[in-house]
Amino acid sequence: MSPMLRMEGVTAAYGAVEALKGVSVHVNAGEIVTLIGANGAGKSTLLMTIFGAPRARQGRITFEGRDITSLPMHEIARAGIAQSPEGRRIFPRMTVRENLLMGAQALGVDPAPGLEQAFTLFPRLKEREAQRGGTLSGGEQQMLAIARALMSKPRLLLLDEPSLGLAPLVVRQIFSAIRRLNAETGLTVLLVEQNANQALRLAHRGYVLVTGRITLEGTGAALLARPEVRDAYLGTH
Amino acid sequence: MSTANSRFGVPHEGGVPHSDDGVPDPGEMGGIPRVGPGPAPRPPLTHALRDALLAALVAAGLFIPLVGLRTDVGPGGGGLMIRTRWGDVAILVGIVFAARLLLNLWSNFRPAPAPRSAQRTALMGRVGTAVAPALLALAIALPFLPGTTRYGLDLGILVLTYVMLGWGLNIVVGLAGLLDLGYVAFYAVGAYSYALLSTTFDLSFWICLPLAGILAAFWGVLLGFPVLRLRGDYLAIVTLAFGEIIRVVLLNWVSLTGGPNGISGIPRPTFFGLSFSAGGGPGSFADFFGLEPSPTHRVVFLYYLILGLALLTNWVTLRLRRQPLGRAWEALREDEIACRALGINVTNTKLSAFAIGAMFGGFAGAFFATRQAFISPESFTFIESAIILAIVVLGGLGSQLGVAIAALVMIGGFEAFRDLEEYRMLVFGGAMVAIMVWRPRGLVSSRTPSVSLGARKAISAELVGQGR
Repeated sequence: MSPMLRMEGVTAAYGAVEALKGVSVHVNAGEIVTLIGANGAGKSTLLMTIFGAPRARQGRITFEGRDITSLPMHEIARAGIAQSPEGRRIFPRMTVRENLLMGAQALGVDPAPGLEQAFTLFPRLKEREAQRGGTLSGGEQQMLAIARALMSKPRLLLLDEPSLGLAPLVVRQIFSAIRRLNAETGLTVLLVEQNANQALRLAHRGYVLVTGRITLEGTGAALLARPEVRDAYLGTH
Repeated sequence: MSTANSRFGVPHEGGVPHSDDGVPDPGEMGGIPRVGPGPAPRPPLTHALRDALLAALVAAGLFIPLVGLRTDVGPGGGGLMIRTRWGDVAILVGIVFAARLLLNLWSNFRPAPAPRSAQRTALMGRVGTAVAPALLALAIALPFLPGTTRYGLDLGILVLTYVMLGWGLNIVVGLAGLLDLGYVAFYAVGAYSYALLSTTFDLSFWICLPLAGILAAFWGVLLGFPVLRLRGDYLAIVTLAFGEIIRVVLLNWVSLTGGPNGISGIPRPTFFGLSFSAGGGPGSFADFFGLEPSPTHRVVFLYYLILGLALLTNWVTLRLRRQPLGRAWEALREDEIACRALGINVTNTKLSAFAIGAMFGGFAGAFFATRQAFISPESFTFIESAIILAIVVLGGLGSQLGVAIAALVMIGGFEAFRDLEEYRMLVFGGAMVAIMVWRPRGLVSSRTPSVSLGARKAISAELVGQGR
């Protein structure tokens, strides 16, 4: 079976600064794959490159067999990939409901089933439905960002640091929601995380990114057991 | 749990941080007396004196070169002579000192300001819903109110023109968040389109009006393409330049636009083919309806014409806000990257905002041309763009009612203070400073959701985070 998403030898740069130096990553349908690495390793860049900002300078990105390397951004979303960007980026002056509708409208998807799914997955959002996005707590905003991304009924969800700045309890809630989504709906997830411990426990497979290069890959459990991963990212020594 | 996370040890996640749904502020609940934001237990008088002295010092630094030194042409026209006016400087510095002292003392002894409660927000909302229909009724009834003079109607037309321009620009700046400093360009394109089409091809106002709007929208898209990548200040500079380019082209393309002489003899609009000639005569409005011929008929007609156009702008904007396109504009204003991530075609969204905003500017320009019967590039200077933008910002970005009130206050107020001559600029500047101090997000700063369940709630802008 060919993978759902495949990046082959992808190079990306901001001006003269190379952030990705020939990265090859693949995600199979139905998997949760995590990408861990230190600050500035290029994790977010990798995720954003799938979405075309920045564009890959070299290499190829295919999604479900289709070359999306130079597709316009809104076309990439239309192909079935959704993204919960770094820092959540909800619309602060719009209500929770309006935020969610924005997730569905660009692709012309009927919002009703998405809203139902969002409120089942995160009942907190139902309570806050008429409230402004900017008045939500950090955890609620993260839930909203994920729910908004799911509104377009994507087959692949890109999640950029959902645990950023959140309390441990909330991180656990969000990770368990991701697990449920994957198990119940078969949603494929590519998760970028600094919280290596929890991310590797959640994921089927993982990649370690160091200064723009993939240095390790393997199953979540295997990576957790690797001494170099433990030293560098888990702080257990 | 990793160490990275235990730093953010916030145990409680569910608390409502703001009195969004009627839950009182925590400060109100606990019976803890609210401490006013004023300076705490310093000796009030010494502090006030020191602060006032400091203000007087700053004032002296400003006024000594500005007021104290004056250059005159010397006797016999040879060379410049410096004249000093220390007395005036002393008076001005004294005023600043006294005013600052009084302000300090007052802020020390006044009661602590009451917190903005949900009730107050709700009250403001109720007042707001009553103001809009009242203003509309007044606008419709104005020509028939006793005591409305010809001058009053002319002023009404002027105010409504700016209301319409403000509403048009509000689409670009208030909804889509694209700072446009060259809106007057579309006003000019509309005016010249109407003038040229009607004088060259002898087309009627009602055919030229949509054409002027379409041409302005076309120029809006034309401007939109090169500036798609720009935001904020950079966008402002480029649009400013665009406004100037249009004006300079109009000024120098003499064979088409008449250059600085402008275009005169622009046909007046007709009422279903009935003209408004002052002398009456067959085929005129007065003749058809059996009225005494009067020049007021045309003014009243023009008044209702611009009222109708302005209301059309408002209606289209309100409708669009509830459509996906309007929601996409607002989302674009909030966060462009999130919009891209959600698969919104940012290019089309921006271009549509520029085009629709420009179209209404073009309509207003066509109206301006037909009302004045004469246009020249002088009417389309940067100051017009600045006034329209000031109306939108002072009214509250994105608020239709706020823009209407701001246009009324700015344009109407400007006329009301005409007797003060150049000092009215001072009044104008003072009013702007006052609004920026007390209502920094504009007169009406709340945003009504475009979709809601049950009752609509307007939420004060102070309760939500800034867009960026």
